[in-house]
Amino acid sequence: MSDTTTFTLEVLRYNPESDDVPHAESFSVPYQEDWVVLDALNWVKDNVDGSLTFRWSCHMAVCGSCGMMVNNEPVLSCKAFLRDYLKDGKGTITVGALKNFPVEKDLVIVMDSFMEKLEAVKPWIIRTTEKPVEEGTFIQLPKQLKRFKHHTSCINCLLCYAACPQVGLNPGFIGPAALALAHRYNLDSRDQGKDLRKDVTASEYGVWECTFVSACSEVCPKDVEPAGAIQEQKIESSIDWALDHLIPGRKAR
Amino acid sequence: MSRKPYEPTLPNTWWLEKPFYIRYMLREMTSFFVGAYVAILIVGLWQLSQGPDAWGSFLGVLSHPLSVIFHVLAFVFATFHTVTWFALTPRTTPIMRGDHFVPPGPIIGAQYVIWAAASIVVLAAVLW
Ligand code: SF4
Ligand code: FES
Repeated sequence: MSDTTTFTLEVLRYNPESDDVPHAESFSVPYQEDWVVLDALNWVKDNVDGSLTFRWSCHMAVCGSCGMMVNNEPVLSCKAFLRDYLKDGKGTITVGALKNFPVEKDLVIVMDSFMEKLEAVKPWIIRTTEKPVEEGTFIQLPKQLKRFKHHTSCINCLLCYAACPQVGLNPGFIGPAALALAHRYNLDSRDQGKDLRKDVTASEYGVWECTFVSACSEVCPKDVEPAGAIQEQKIESSIDWALDHLIPGRKAR
Repeated sequence: MSRKPYEPTLPNTWWLEKPFYIRYMLREMTSFFVGAYVAILIVGLWQLSQGPDAWGSFLGVLSHPLSVIFHVLAFVFATFHTVTWFALTPRTTPIMRGDHFVPPGPIIGAQYVIWAAASIVVLAAVLW
C-alpha cells in the first residue's frame, strides 16, 4: 500500500469498563476506491486497534448486522462506499452506533428490546381453523403474494429504528420493522391471526405512536416500506373502531 | 464482566438535525393553520345563524389586515399540507389492479382531479 491517500475515520467509541459516555476517536485509514466503511473498520481492527468492536457478517447487505450511523445517517456499513463520502479519497467520515438503542460497546447496540417487540407481533402464520393434510397445501395466487411481498424483505438491520424519532422519544413503541412484519402476516391470504396481533399493533405502543415522519421508509435498504405498512394499519384500526361504535354488539373480534 | 450499556436520550432539538426532519415538522405545523382556519369558518357559520348584524360584524373582523394576512398564510400552508399529503397517499393506500399495484402517478393525479372538481362545485355554488 505505497503512496496511498489516507482519510480520517472518526469513530464514536464507548468502553463500558472505563467510559460513562461515548467519545470520538480518529484513525488515519488508507483509501481504496472499492472499499466500504466496513472495510475501513476492519482495517483499523486488523492494523491499529484490535479492541474496536462492531458487528458484521455477510458483507453483502443481506444479514443486516452491520447497521450504524455514518455521517449521522443510519446505513449498512457494508453498502456505504467510501468514495460516496470522500473527495479524491480525502476527508473525514464519522461513524457511530445506531441511534435510539443502548450501546453495549463501541458500535455494538443492545437489541433485546427489538427482539421482544418482534416476538410480540407474532410474526408467523397463525391458523384458527386447521385443514387436514389430505386436503393439500394452502394455495396462494401470485397477486395475493404480490400484495405483501415487499414487506417480507426485512433483514432486521434496525436502520428504521435509528431513523425514527418516535422510537427515540417512546422506547416502548413497537416500531417500524416489527409493525411492517405484523402487517405482512395480516395481509397473507393463509393467515388468520390478525385479530390476535391487534392487541399489540392497535395498542398504545402500536401504530398510533407513529406520526408518519416516514424516515423509516427513506432509510430502509430493502424497500420494505414500513411507513406505508403502519399507515395502512391505522386506517384499518380506525375503521374497526368506527364499526364497533356504529354496529351494536360488534366488537373488533 | 458485567454489562453497563450506555443509554442515549433524544434531545428536544432532534428535528433540527436534518432537513428531512425539518420538513416533517413544517408539515406538522401546517396543521395548526388548517385547524385555525376551520375554527374561524365554524365561528362564521355560527354568526350567520345569529342574523344579519352578527354576520356583518364577522365580515368586518375578516376584512381586518391581520385577518387577511392570516388567511393568506393559512392558504399557503394548507396548500403545502395538501400537496405533501397527496404525495404520501400511494403509501397509505396502495391499490391493486389484477396482479399489480397501481403506480403512484395515477393515485396522486386522481386526488388533484377530485380537488379541482370539488373546488369548481364550491365556486359554482358561491357564484350562482
Ligand atoms: S424495515 Fe428495512 S430498515 Fe427496518 S429493519 Fe427491516 S430492512 Fe432494516
Ligand atoms: S455485513 Fe451483512 S448486511 Fe452488512
